[in-house]
Amino acid sequence: MQLLYFGWVRAKIGISQEEIELPAGVSDVRTLIDWLQERGNTHSEALEDLSVIRVAVNQEMAEMDTPIAANDEVALFPPMTGG
Amino acid sequence: MIKVQSEDFDIGGEISRMTKDNTAIGGLACFVGLVRDLAGEAKINSMTLEHYPGMTERQLETLEAEARQRWPLQDVLIIHRYGKLMPGDRIVLVVTASSHREASLQSCEFLIDWLKTKAPFWKLEDTQSGAKWVAARTEDNKAADRWEKS
Repeated sequence: MQLLYFGWVRAKIGISQEEIELPAGVSDVRTLIDWLQERGNTHSEALEDLSVIRVAVNQEMAEMDTPIAANDEVALFPPMTGG
Repeated sequence: MIKVQSEDFDIGGEISRMTKDNTAIGGLACFVGLVRDLAGEAKINSMTLEHYPGMTERQLETLEAEARQRWPLQDVLIIHRYGKLMPGDRIVLVVTASSHREASLQSCEFLIDWLKTKAPFWKLEDTQSGAKWVAARTEDNKAADRWEKS
């Protein structure tokens, strides 16, 4: 699975992308975020306040209950500021 | 048409290209977003726009399709820049063309409102008091929400 980070989420985590094996027990966005929060300091700090985290799965906006599979591209980022 | 690019755009040239071969166009509306020189009290030295290549194009295409579905439009152009920009630089161009003015004016406003909250861009301002990520504004969310269909 490809994980991508943008904006201050990328800055806080310290990397823009990483490749991971789908962890056991991860089946949707919520369980992926739970798993990431447990991984370490920068991830847990960046994902501390979920009210300011947006998620896209395979480049489509996703919700907490959106399913995630092994070959998905999942992006985590702050609310968008286009225009 | 959607263009995501780092280079600047020529507003007059883009409009001329759009209208040259389409005489069904009776009017067009144009919005140009620029980099301001102030963030609150702090002077801005530059602004860097980060985006999500691939998803950006998909989202903008979805927005164009939505506008075309809601209004009878002859043409739509959205150009959005990324990279490091200076105060006064152009960031975004939205042009909507229709036979009558109402469709172009309304759809142009709709597109820029939805671009603000639905296009995957993030802005980092380099100011006198340091670098700062631009936060999403409540007003922008409200402006976008009024176009949601109930």
